[in-house]
Amino acid sequence: MKCVRTTLKGWREIPEGGTITEPGSSVNFDVTAWRTSSPLIDQNKCTKCGLCFLYCPDSAIEIDVDGNYHVNLSYCKGCGICAKECAPKAITMVKEGH
Amino acid sequence: MLEIRWHGRGGQGAVTAAEILATGVINEGKYAQAFAAFGPERRGAPVLAFTRISDSEILTRCQIYEPDIIVILDKNLCTMEGVGDGLKKGGTVVLNTNQKAEDFLYMFKNAGKFATIDATEIALRELGTPITNTSILGALVRATGVVRLETLEEVMKQRFGQYAEKNISAVRSAFKETALFETGERE
Amino acid sequence: MNKKVGISGNYAVAYAVKMADVDMIAAYPITPQTTIVEKLSEFVANGELDASYMNVESEHSAISACIGASLTGARVFTATSSQGLALMHEILFMASALRTPIVMANVNRALSAPLNIWNDHSDAMAQRDSGWIQLWARSAQESFDDTIEAFKIAEETRLPVMVNLDGYIVSHMYEPVELPDEEDVRKFIPSRPLENRVSIKNAHAVGVVGPPEYYYEMKYQAIDAIERSRHKVKEIENDFNRRFGKNYREIEAYGMEDAEAALILMGSIFGSAKEIANDLRGKGRKVGVVSLRVFRPFPAQELREALDGVKAVGVVDRATTPGGSGNPLYTEIATALYGMPERPAIQGFVAGLGGRDMREDDFRLMYSATEKAAREGAGRCIYVGLRE
Repeated sequence: MKCVRTTLKGWREIPEGGTITEPGSSVNFDVTAWRTSSPLIDQNKCTKCGLCFLYCPDSAIEIDVDGNYHVNLSYCKGCGICAKECAPKAITMVKEGH
Repeated sequence: MLEIRWHGRGGQGAVTAAEILATGVINEGKYAQAFAAFGPERRGAPVLAFTRISDSEILTRCQIYEPDIIVILDKNLCTMEGVGDGLKKGGTVVLNTNQKAEDFLYMFKNAGKFATIDATEIALRELGTPITNTSILGALVRATGVVRLETLEEVMKQRFGQYAEKNISAVRSAFKETALFETGERE
Repeated sequence: MNKKVGISGNYAVAYAVKMADVDMIAAYPITPQTTIVEKLSEFVANGELDASYMNVESEHSAISACIGASLTGARVFTATSSQGLALMHEILFMASALRTPIVMANVNRALSAPLNIWNDHSDAMAQRDSGWIQLWARSAQESFDDTIEAFKIAEETRLPVMVNLDGYIVSHMYEPVELPDEEDVRKFIPSRPLENRVSIKNAHAVGVVGPPEYYYEMKYQAIDAIERSRHKVKEIENDFNRRFGKNYREIEAYGMEDAEAALILMGSIFGSAKEIANDLRGKGRKVGVVSLRVFRPFPAQELREALDGVKAVGVVDRATTPGGSGNPLYTEIATALYGMPERPAIQGFVAGLGGRDMREDDFRLMYSATEKAAREGAGRCIYVGLRE
């Protein structure tokens, strides 16, 4: 296995002052593999209150043109906060691979 | 080099007087320093300030231990330890008092010249408050001619703004009313 | 036309900041603050200086606000002293590592306890490892000149610069200062837009976590920057000298052409030390004095050159390193001279702590002890003026 240290940029290449120059660089990180369970939204129960959107620590909840809420699974870590906070109990956590 | 030590009380403006004098001297093209031995800044507490005047650049920044001139803004300070210390032989004492210079001779063994002025009375009359610094400046200029009165007036205009006029009037009155006393040869 | 005025060191700094046309000043207004920011707030209130003036609740906030403002590309300034600088401690390291060109005036005063507002160098010495460039003024004139230079040094190296001036002895002393034309100052440090690192159009993330894989490299960037600032400081100083008719160097020496015993010191005591050296030299004694105007980056090479042929040096520390192998300036100088083939004896002194007046006799004592070290080798550190 290759040593990780050799693949990282040296001090000359890193932007000055440890600045991250690319805004929103978190989109480059797919966290699909981190989950053991994922949220499933029951659109019939959903009142579109937006609590899941506000509480999601990874901004993985997206709103479509019709105002419906969906989970972008590329960025969902499966923490379950959305299910916990959902007032009408419209979100359930479903185990991955089942 | 001419070294002046100021003794006052917090609120009388000794530090300001030392600064006005130095600024005036600098404006006349000479070199000067004004500084204070700052302590806890309490109203009424004894205050020490210093002015150095020279024709050439001043290097030293020590306090003044052997002054040519001692200026005292409050006669009650005379009895305090150290006020007369180090005065050069034949040196000048400028004192705010309503008494005669003779009453203070024994306290300043080295003094060759006294300038006395009732600066408190002038300050109360001209400013309505016992801030004696500008009055004593008038007496100092009268006794030593170390700077021109007009130069000081300019500095005060810059520094005091709306209060300049009253202070200038105090300096002028003090200049006129100062009593000079030469001690002559003393043992 | 230059204008000669009688002002205090504090006001000299304030005038320099005004001429530098800063965009933002953040300061805590209460003790141990000085009249530097009082005068600046006056300038802003009068409309003489078009800057945003932020009164904050602590020095910690002052320097934090300066970092934020500096990241937007603004020219920023703050001033502090003693406990205020100590309270800034953790943020000082961020200012240098984030490469924010902040200029700060530090009026050198002792650190408590006991509570003391008088002059010594404890405050700045305690921040020597924070990655800031440190300039040391010896007079009100140098306080003005150094502040002007500091803006240029800071912006060209993208490092923060601390201008040190001795509390009371410089900060509150009225003395002659020659003020250059504002136009000439503006030509020397034109207000040019610095990079805005946090604008919406050019969004960056600043002050991020640096895990073990990155911290080391990022830290080294700041180390490299201050190392490389050496020639920048020299270059800017030369430019300043040429434009304003001065003769500043990182190290300034007196009597060193033939001195066998030399004092090394920083700050305003240079004048008194020079005067006594002059007196002693008149009596045939081969003494000299060297003062450091730049402490960070430490001018080790220049120091070695200045001390070539000297038999003993006396290092005057105005701060202490309790339990250390030497006080702050002493250890710097001992390290710098260690590699010299014929290195001089190094006698340590501590003097003028907590505003204790340094009198002529103190300097005479230090010259004599350094001469003794030249003959017999250096002894233990001498605490000048300490009552037994």
